[in-house]
Amino acid sequence: MKPASFEYFAPTTLEEALERIGEVGNDGGKILAGGQSLIPAMNFRLAQPAALVDLNRVEELFYIKTDPKGDLLIGAMTRDTTVEFNPEVKKVAPMVDECLPFLAHAQIRNRGTFGGAVCHGDPAGQVPVVAVAQNFDLLIKSKANGERWVKAEDFYLAMYTNVVEPDEILVQIKIPKLAAHAGSSYKQTARQAGASALVGVATVVELDEKEQCKDVRLAYMGVSEMPVLSQKVPEVMKGQKLTEALIAEAVEACVSDELDPGQDMHATPAFRRHLARELGKAALSEAFARAKK
Amino acid sequence: MSDLVNVAININGKVYKKEIEPRLLLSDFIRYHAGLTGTHVGCEHGVCGTCTILMDGQPVRSCLTFAVQAEGHEVQTVESLGTPEKLHPIQEAFREKHAAQCGFCTPGILMTLSAYLRDHKNPSEEDLREAIDGNLCRCTGYENIVEAAKLAAKNMAAERG
Repeated sequence: MKPASFEYFAPTTLEEALERIGEVGNDGGKILAGGQSLIPAMNFRLAQPAALVDLNRVEELFYIKTDPKGDLLIGAMTRDTTVEFNPEVKKVAPMVDECLPFLAHAQIRNRGTFGGAVCHGDPAGQVPVVAVAQNFDLLIKSKANGERWVKAEDFYLAMYTNVVEPDEILVQIKIPKLAAHAGSSYKQTARQAGASALVGVATVVELDEKEQCKDVRLAYMGVSEMPVLSQKVPEVMKGQKLTEALIAEAVEACVSDELDPGQDMHATPAFRRHLARELGKAALSEAFARAKK
Repeated sequence: MSDLVNVAININGKVYKKEIEPRLLLSDFIRYHAGLTGTHVGCEHGVCGTCTILMDGQPVRSCLTFAVQAEGHEVQTVESLGTPEKLHPIQEAFREKHAAQCGFCTPGILMTLSAYLRDHKNPSEEDLREAIDGNLCRCTGYENIVEAAKLAAKNMAAERG
């Protein structure tokens, strides 16, 4: 299990990195971030990139800060562990704080990067589903075309596939601050600590002054090739007073109409639906309770 | 074959200057180029944890890092912990509690625990089980490893005073 040969570049500035990936990206070159998914794939030779542009020496991509609006800005190369233990993250994006301990193991999170987790788009990934639920804003740059922003809900195209072009780099993740009367929750079930989740759910509930549902976003992972953002849940819940019965109705509408989980050695479709129902109800109830505070 | 690159990598305070391919994994550099065979290689895809080393003090998988990436960083392997004459408190506790059977996973667990017990003064048993959940052992059933970790935590706390 050894990786195939590749040409190696270790730029120290973003400008240089963009130039390099501009040169090699369309000829099989890849970005190397934390490498905690790419290097195993290379060890198995499932991935054989012709060249790697290693971002680990690009210091300007490692940061966590808040902008004047209170939104959180995370440099794409910030290690998962750094994000996990950051007090600002806990405040602005509690779901990120909740989901990261489930992401593999501490040794992986010490090396893995937040931008890498967003980009890799593991179908059982915690970060992608949270990104879609809280609708992160993703800043993508290239030498040829400058910069563009993409919302997380428009970012994923298929399993392990996103809108980042071969000559582009995801450079920053902006996490919009939750509204004043909003609460969020992340829940998942896995067979064992650090193992891939069978099903995970992330949700944000916003209330109006009468404590009725003003807005709600709920996304599942583990039930499809990529995160599924429910359309049914807001249809059922918006403008309504939130009760246990209404939450159950919203989740049922989503699970029966919008989810089509596959069969694999870990779980049957019926079991995944069961998990989606229970986790969905628990997450919505918790997000609602937090929003009331 | 890709071009060879010159690297100087600091492992346990000693700098190893070698000419390597960029595709060389740090785990293989440690074993075959630095000759430090205490670091074991199990699954080579980040699942088993036996190749865990410290990079700038933090536990990482040496099989999921290229050796070229370690330049400019401090690498610590199990050889840095203690000597046969003077074991590290964690190694002493592993001996005391018979926490190694075949011993293959032991170096990774020792390195994981060395960072964890450095940063956490009074861990509960649950904390310790969580701390080593990224390291697989196929012999012991973990009970003696957890016992050893508890003893090491206690002894290290006593040493600190």
